[in-house]
Amino acid sequence: MIETIWFVLWGVLWAVYFMLDGFDLGLGTLMPFVAKNEAEKRIVYNSMGPFWDGNEVWLITAGGVTFAAFPGTYAVMFSSLYSPLMFILFALILRGAALEMRGKAASTGGRKLWDMCLVVGSFVPALLFGVAFANIFRGIPIDGEGIYHGSLLGLLNPYGLLGGLLFLSLFLVHGCLWLAAKSEGDLHQRAAKMSGRIWIAALVAAALFLGYSAIETNLYDNYRAMPALFIIPFLAVCTLIVVRVFIGNASWWKAWFASCAAIAAAALFGVAGLYPALFPSSMGKAYTMTIYNSSSSPLALKIMLVVALIFVPIVIIYQAWAYSLFRGKVKEQDSGYEKVY
Amino acid sequence: MDTLMLSRLQFAVATYFHFLFVPLTLGLSMLIAIMETIYAVRGDEEYKAMARFWGKLFLINFAMGVVTGLTLEFQFGTNWSRYSRYVGDIFGPLLAIEATVTFFLESTFIAVWAFGWNRLSPKAHAVAIWLVALASSMSAIWILIANSWMQNPVGFAMKNGRPVLNDFMAVVTQGYAILTILHTLAGAYIVAGFFVMGISAYHLLRKPQDSFFLRSFRIALIFALVFSVFEVIEGHMHGAGLALKQPAKLASLEAHWNTSANAPVYLLAIPDPENDRNSIEIGRVPGALSLLAFHTPTATVTGLKDIPRDQRPPVAPTFVSFRLMVMLGMLFLLLTATGFFLRNRLASNRLYLKVMIYAIPLPYIACALGWTVTEIGRQPWIVYGLMKTADAVSPVSSSQVAASLAAFTIVYTLLGIAAFSLIARQARKGPEAVPKVQPARQEDGV
Ligand code: HDD
Ligand code: HEM
Ligand code: HEM
Repeated sequence: MIETIWFVLWGVLWAVYFMLDGFDLGLGTLMPFVAKNEAEKRIVYNSMGPFWDGNEVWLITAGGVTFAAFPGTYAVMFSSLYSPLMFILFALILRGAALEMRGKAASTGGRKLWDMCLVVGSFVPALLFGVAFANIFRGIPIDGEGIYHGSLLGLLNPYGLLGGLLFLSLFLVHGCLWLAAKSEGDLHQRAAKMSGRIWIAALVAAALFLGYSAIETNLYDNYRAMPALFIIPFLAVCTLIVVRVFIGNASWWKAWFASCAAIAAAALFGVAGLYPALFPSSMGKAYTMTIYNSSSSPLALKIMLVVALIFVPIVIIYQAWAYSLFRGKVKEQDSGYEKVY
Repeated sequence: MDTLMLSRLQFAVATYFHFLFVPLTLGLSMLIAIMETIYAVRGDEEYKAMARFWGKLFLINFAMGVVTGLTLEFQFGTNWSRYSRYVGDIFGPLLAIEATVTFFLESTFIAVWAFGWNRLSPKAHAVAIWLVALASSMSAIWILIANSWMQNPVGFAMKNGRPVLNDFMAVVTQGYAILTILHTLAGAYIVAGFFVMGISAYHLLRKPQDSFFLRSFRIALIFALVFSVFEVIEGHMHGAGLALKQPAKLASLEAHWNTSANAPVYLLAIPDPENDRNSIEIGRVPGALSLLAFHTPTATVTGLKDIPRDQRPPVAPTFVSFRLMVMLGMLFLLLTATGFFLRNRLASNRLYLKVMIYAIPLPYIACALGWTVTEIGRQPWIVYGLMKTADAVSPVSSSQVAASLAAFTIVYTLLGIAAFSLIARQARKGPEAVPKVQPARQEDGV
């Protein structure tokens, strides 16, 4: 029972991470395409500045909870996905450094270099998280010892790539909407226009992914066993369509919130299909890491549950407060004294 | 090189690099919180300028701490997967609690602080930096509890060949962890104190009557003095704790080969591990080691010869690192005490100011040496007495680890250069123009 609670929390942590960090990964990727001059670039940076680190901590927590609640899975998952994970980590290092140091660079050359770090550092995780999760849904070639028998290129199979494109396009839309809500003038216009265009790609990718999953994965077994679960992919599609409606009305904040819901539902679609597996093996069902063969002791799970039930609500309250503290549009004159740097 | 050696090297690169930024985050957040509190209470604009200037340096450093911490969190899974599986029940929760309880707090309120100068009242703004300081210290506490459990495992029962948690309170309140926490935090405060004193000294050499830097220097001086005294006393207790918990490490720290009563300390020795002896021993202080370890000069201290070869840590690096750390600790005491006597005529003592500029890196070096003592002194164990490092490594190919190690080395070198040159440039530039002296400020003098 408590293993199942932790499975749900595990899925929710990943979903919240993608929902929050998704917009700054997407916006970082698009930065050079939406922002045409130095002033606009500064607005793009400042629109993410107060949020990216708090968002990234959801990733750290998702990783930490995998370690704490399902150490067997943590061990096998991260060692078998060694190289893709390293790519993601290095990209996130570049991104974080770019976000904090770019504003203090002395020369335009230096700023250009940091801009490149931001783009690469945002694009790579957006794509690779999708590739990694699609491959997990599909099953990873691991044996009974948790030893990986695949190659790096093997992860770039069509289904994996489709997963990558799905994540990427969802994050790009998410980032455009954020910028549209946070900016004014030309920058706002460009972001608004782009959000509508990329939305089409996201819709196509989502439809293909839902269909392809039926062929490539066993995700739907759970859905057939418990049809009520179909509400999750249904919600994912509905909220994605709602995003388009709000784009049409130019209701940018509403569109952004709908996009949050779409991303969270898309992630939970996969997670619900996995249960009770966390990391399926494609080399034999017996080698799959599940909540039963990889979880911590009941005492450890109980202690963490108490901590999570007390602190996660507190975290949500103060993060929501911080989001609302910085809610307004980012204006050019803000970039001076507002930021200490 | 095999996967094991490469993984150890990679972990060492990643942790040492992380720990170049961690101590300054821990210490400087406290100093800035103190400065900003003075501003919030007294309304003296100069203290606000101080918080902003040191805050700018702090933010660069903080960002580096964040991005380098991220990789560490995942390296337990990527590089030490057998370890992770083995200790997941105890080590995992500590790491997860750290993230939930402290990292969110830290990352949210640093943003509130950095971007919120015009959105919050001075008091609320000062609260934000206090929360950052508090959260950083809490994060250090949790990670050090986790590390201490590897040094001195407690609160578990063996089940199916794995340690399983059975007493959480024993894990979080054990004496070894408390000593480590106090020692590491005090070391971090020394780092920050010397950092602020060194940069202030640089400016005072150019503008001797600059009240901004005189005040910064004095605040940092008191801070560093208090913790330098504390560190030497506490460090000694830490060493004494080892006599009971990790006799092999203690023996190795002192290059002590023969189990003996009245065990001596040598001021200088050159260990010769091949032949189980020291090739040179100078400055013998009889009974000193017994006295330090057990508080009686006649107590018996286990020597390395009584520890099987395959359970001895490498003697030379631990011995040398320990010596140097202690010498540096004494030096910090001397430097801060001198500063205290000179506190009212700092500006006129150019030699002292110059020395303090060059002293900036020394506490960093002391911290790195301390970790060398602690971590290499624990070898060959990864979890003391339970699991060997050699059994902990992931079953990944050595070429993968070689590639990531190369990437770490290159990326970290470039980042380190970028970050430190940025910090140096901002430090040299000095604070933004302070608003003109207001009449109300005159009486509190400088
Ligand atoms: C004594 C203190 C100490 C020690 C031994 C470590 N850290 Fe650390 N860490 C901190 C003290 C700290 C800090 C002061 O709390 C930092 C530095 C800058 C910051 O943002 O927080 C931090 C940041 C930091 C972050 C980023 C948090 C964020 O995004 O806000 C992570 C994921 C880790 N650490 C993880 C680790 C791991 C896995 C370690 C073990 C090898 C480790 N740290 C050793
Ligand atoms: C709480 C934090 C820490 C934990 C949990 C931790 C854990 C580990 C682990 C898993 C290893 C790999 C196995 C080994 O080679 O011993 C290791 C090695 C090492 N750690 Fe730590 N460590 C921590 C903090 C640090 C810090 C802050 C430093 C230095 C700045 C450090 C320095 C080292 C070094 C140098 C090694 C390599 C030792 C060797 O190869 O012989 N550690 N530690
Ligand atoms: C003069 C006095 C000092 C003594 C007697 C002393 C003693 C010790 C001992 C015995 C250890 C190893 C503990 C273990 O392996 O469990 C240690 C570790 C360490 N020392 Fe020191 N130390 C002194 C000064 C310093 C100074 C001045 C700094 C930094 C500014 C410092 C930073 C560290 C750090 C970061 C560690 C590793 C973390 C830990 O295990 O606490 N030490 N010290």
